[in-house]
Amino acid sequence: MKIVVLVKYVPEPTATWKFAPDLTVDRAGVEGRLSELDEYAVEQATRLAESGAADEVVFLTVGPAKATEGLRKALAIGGTSAVHVVDDAIHGSCALGTSLVLAKALEKIGYDLVLTGMASTDAELSVVPSMVADRLGANQATFAGELSVEGSTVSIRRDTDVASERVSVSLPAVVSVTDQTGEARYPAFKAIMGAKKKPIQTMSLADLGVDAAQVGWSGASNKVVDVSPTPARTAGTIVNDDGTGAAQLADFLAGRGFI
Amino acid sequence: MSEVLVLAETTAAGVRKPTLELLTAARALGEPAAVVFGDASDQVVAQLAEYGATKVYIVSAPEMQEFLSLPKAEAVVQIAQASNPVAILVTSGPEGKDVAARVAVRLNAGIIPDATKVSVDGDTVSAVQTVFAGRFQATSQVLRGPAVVTMRPNATSAEAAPASAGVESVDVSVSDGAKGAKVDSREPKVSTGRPELTDAAMVVAGGRGVGSEEGFGVIEKTADALGAAVGASRTVTDQHWAPHELQVGQTGKTVAPSLYLAAGISGAIQHRAGMQSSKTIVVVNKDAKAPLFQIADFGVVGDLHTVLPALVDEVAKRKG
Repeated sequence: MKIVVLVKYVPEPTATWKFAPDLTVDRAGVEGRLSELDEYAVEQATRLAESGAADEVVFLTVGPAKATEGLRKALAIGGTSAVHVVDDAIHGSCALGTSLVLAKALEKIGYDLVLTGMASTDAELSVVPSMVADRLGANQATFAGELSVEGSTVSIRRDTDVASERVSVSLPAVVSVTDQTGEARYPAFKAIMGAKKKPIQTMSLADLGVDAAQVGWSGASNKVVDVSPTPARTAGTIVNDDGTGAAQLADFLAGRGFI
Repeated sequence: MSEVLVLAETTAAGVRKPTLELLTAARALGEPAAVVFGDASDQVVAQLAEYGATKVYIVSAPEMQEFLSLPKAEAVVQIAQASNPVAILVTSGPEGKDVAARVAVRLNAGIIPDATKVSVDGDTVSAVQTVFAGRFQATSQVLRGPAVVTMRPNATSAEAAPASAGVESVDVSVSDGAKGAKVDSREPKVSTGRPELTDAAMVVAGGRGVGSEEGFGVIEKTADALGAAVGASRTVTDQHWAPHELQVGQTGKTVAPSLYLAAGISGAIQHRAGMQSSKTIVVVNKDAKAPLFQIADFGVVGDLHTVLPALVDEVAKRKG
């Protein structure tokens, strides 16, 4: 079984995030990292390789030149090689455009199972995995909290607001995993050094046969017209509990009609 | 006026509250038409009409329940191609996201996930999203319709506006390709008798400060005294002091209740992303430096194991 894991290089969550003048995320001016939520997918792929279920694990990213750092982090955890799709024309793509580029790259790389995180930690849309599956004509199972592979069948558990579901899908399939699947290992120094020797292949839109007009600004199906900071919440009354804390809290709650 | 498709979610108890919120939001865009998957009882149709649905499409093909997401996406595409709606509104959630994403690809239409507001100007639909872990509000315009918008529960309030709804049964022939993800079992969540976390007007949530599974009991008692839902931080669910479904935050639920009472939660950015839209935030923590105090409307620096039981007594006293 060949697994391709989709990974994203995102701004460091604790950094000061900014928007570029074109209202896209300013990725150049901020420190980045492999999206934390993608590490769970990297970990699952690595475990499947260790158990012998997978014989090849490839990491795939779409992003600017710096996104290579995210691939190196993934390669330090596991995997055999990586593919980096980088092309200036991709800048400004909406989810539809991104999913098209990913699907074309996956067709070129070849796959049995595509693993992804449940969301990126920047856009947090959670729609790209389903879009990629649709474009590939592959099966899908998203938000898996548990995952196992038996032959050509992937079984997952996922929790919705109203039920806990067990679902089986046959390969080829796209599966997104949540943090419930298990913490990613912390790569040892030796693995970090070893990752530098694993091959990363670069591809452009032309390599994938994607018409630049279908992606980026020209292909976008929506446009961000305004971004503004969420109004800062100001701290209210803070009291030290001298024995009357609960009574003061009850007064506050009653005053707002909560009691 | 154009139709606005609203994908309804129902349980044995009737129409879910997030669907009523979608209908309320849909009325500002056009004529709300609800899509129900499975059998729709008269009660369900009446409830949808009460919140403004002028039409109810019923898709009762058994495949809607037997397989994940895809049969629903095919049904929605079929309905949309016939009725040419201005927008398709879906509740954010695992299945809603799947269906919305597939529909957007097939209609080559713009999608805005996790919107908190939606509006229309002429034929152009815009929606507001909270992005970057809640730090920014982004407004996007959909350039190619119909606009596919998934909306966060609790972002808008549900208001009744009775209409009379015509019912239309929709025959869908589900393709073989849509039958790839088979639902082997579906276990409905056991009702605790408490309000559902994402629907609740009040939430009492506990964090690391509860100390243990037994310690979490004080959170439940406080919630019950107030009539609130119970929430938890990731530390609590990772330690199995409370079930995962109660987790509030980036990898759990996003809530926006009128009151969010956080006890023993320091307030990591991932937790704040899930609750900072709450209207009133109350924090109880013995660490005065806990970052969550910075966004609290009212805070008590003290031990939650003393403050909360005393609060339960105060509430009982005041409720008489």
